[in-house]
Amino acid sequence: MRRWLFIQALRLPLVPSAAGASASPLARGMVLALAVAALLLAPFLVDALLGRAWVRVLDLVMLYTMLALGLNIVVGFAGLLDLGYIAFFAVGAYLYALCASPHFGLYLPFWLLLPAAAVLAGVFGVLLGAPTLKLRGDYLAIVTLGFGEIIRIFLNNLNAPINLTNGPQGITMVRPIEVAGVSMAQVHSIGPLSIPALYNYYYLFLALTLLVVFVSIRLQHSRVGRAWVAIREDELAASASGVNTRNLKLLAFALGASFGGIAGSLYASFQGFVSPESFGLMESIMVLCMVVLGGMGHVRGVVLGAVLLVALPEALRYIGPMQRSLFGQVMVEPSDLRLLLFGIALVLVMRWRPAGLWPSPVRRREFAAAPAAGGSASTGPEPRP
Amino acid sequence: MLGSIYALVALGYTMVYGILGLINFAHGEVVMIGAMVAISVVLAIGTGGLPAPIVLLAGVAVSIPACMLLGALLERVAYRPLRDAPRLTALITAIGMSIVLQNLAMIAWGRQYLSFPPLLPNEPHAFLGATVTGTQLLIVALTVSLMGALLLLINRTRLGRAMRATSQSPALAGLMGVDVNRIIMLTFMLGSALAAVAGIMIAGYYGQAHYYMGFMLGLKAFTAAVLGGIGNVSGAMLGGLALGVIESLGAGYIGALTGGFLGSHYQDVFAFAVLILVLVFRPSGLLGERVADRA
Repeated sequence: MRRWLFIQALRLPLVPSAAGASASPLARGMVLALAVAALLLAPFLVDALLGRAWVRVLDLVMLYTMLALGLNIVVGFAGLLDLGYIAFFAVGAYLYALCASPHFGLYLPFWLLLPAAAVLAGVFGVLLGAPTLKLRGDYLAIVTLGFGEIIRIFLNNLNAPINLTNGPQGITMVRPIEVAGVSMAQVHSIGPLSIPALYNYYYLFLALTLLVVFVSIRLQHSRVGRAWVAIREDELAASASGVNTRNLKLLAFALGASFGGIAGSLYASFQGFVSPESFGLMESIMVLCMVVLGGMGHVRGVVLGAVLLVALPEALRYIGPMQRSLFGQVMVEPSDLRLLLFGIALVLVMRWRPAGLWPSPVRRREFAAAPAAGGSASTGPEPRP
Repeated sequence: MLGSIYALVALGYTMVYGILGLINFAHGEVVMIGAMVAISVVLAIGTGGLPAPIVLLAGVAVSIPACMLLGALLERVAYRPLRDAPRLTALITAIGMSIVLQNLAMIAWGRQYLSFPPLLPNEPHAFLGATVTGTQLLIVALTVSLMGALLLLINRTRLGRAMRATSQSPALAGLMGVDVNRIIMLTFMLGSALAAVAGIMIAGYYGQAHYYMGFMLGLKAFTAAVLGGIGNVSGAMLGGLALGVIESLGAGYIGALTGGFLGSHYQDVFAFAVLILVLVFRPSGLLGERVADRA
């Protein structure tokens, strides 16, 4: 409780200074304009410098940024460790795939399916949240993990007796997104510029990602966001201070899940194919890694985490040729190395930067202050049964 | 049968949780590595000249110390520096270690299934109206005796008393002259030794092992530990056996119960459904005491 009041006291003077960053309005405007230009030109630059494959990586970066920001609401803001987050991604992806593919012969429009995916995933979020309201920490983590696995097992097996999900083969030929009659999967030309499919998706994802970033930041500084932080720091104190913990926790689950659902339906149309194996536990952990490595509860940090974790494995591909030139043969397959390096990175970051690579100022102060404040008060560990 | 293996693995979870309040996610991987090491040793010796039991014992004799070393290493490298850190930090580290071990095993042993040579007697016997194989009997007998030994160790010896004291309050136990770090490390080693035995059993039973086998097994064993009341040693045994029975019966009867709508490939769902139900309705488990609000 004492710590929570401490945080609340910190918050007021801190928010304006974090936003202002002691720069003049002109300089900030310049930076903003540069950033916008960089984001708009990114696919052209990346294509020219690194090749077309990296534009695809850029698209995936956007997709995972959305996903990580959704999970950040649940884990970072409200402090509810969710290890089955990918289930909501799966719900969104399967909804889109089922309603826009030859599997059922349905071709519902994108603008209907995207909100529908958000709502359905949100409902699943509440379904998961409602029975687990009383659980905390480790137990919640395990139950959410179980929930994610249950969803995957059902997707994998619901091909008999009624073929709902087409089982392990997944659903193919998912129709690409069409905006106002313009298909995303075709090459368009505006004057001398020709814009391939990957670019189209990039701009669509960019727009939605910016929306998600905007919503996240607004949420963080809203009354709801502050209440979530209060729950994260000390649920008992929060509820004693008049925070409706039940509703707010459900809201966190539902909102986080709906972001996941949106990202899922975009993924389905982008890939043109969904199958249960894309929604395993490892994917959940990947997204969690983005949130944790970047900096839990810090929107900029989470974006950084998503960018790093999507781009680095791609960079690892170059390790194969590198080994060949060093040892004359490929000693370890780069794809085998990927998860290993993830695991090591997780452990190392938790050991030396427990608040993440780019923590929010509040969390950083909290982590720095914790040993000093806790050292004299009590040296014993937390109470446990 | 399956239940007794779950119970052995669950013991490792529950002992560590009882002392540190940490879910050692990497415990399932210790089981896997136990199985892999044993198989490698058995294959290296070969089944040619020596009698089968000796080859098997050699595998066990290498695998148990290897796992104990691994458990001690995990504790020292990953968990000890984080002992006073927030729970989330420790939990994520545990997940990270689990990924690391899994992928190291994959690089070391490859992606394919390793097959365990049939060293154990496998002819069926009639026993109380049911048919069991020699392997199954051996597993159950071994589990029961190991559990008995563990209970004796915890309740009757000096080491056990130190472990119980540490789990109640590490700070006070330290004041009473218990070397807390040593006790925690020994707990990890003990849990890992049991994990090695469980790994060999499951490899012997299914006749194969795989780098990914530890993960699901670990989750189910954790479920078993929660079911019995986490932190409670006899609870873990009971929970393991109960979960094994629920799963086998559930997988057997689900088709009939739902009119053929759901089949036995939903077996894995049972463990998780049980876990969720237990946590919602009786979070302290079957044998656990009521737990005060935990942070």
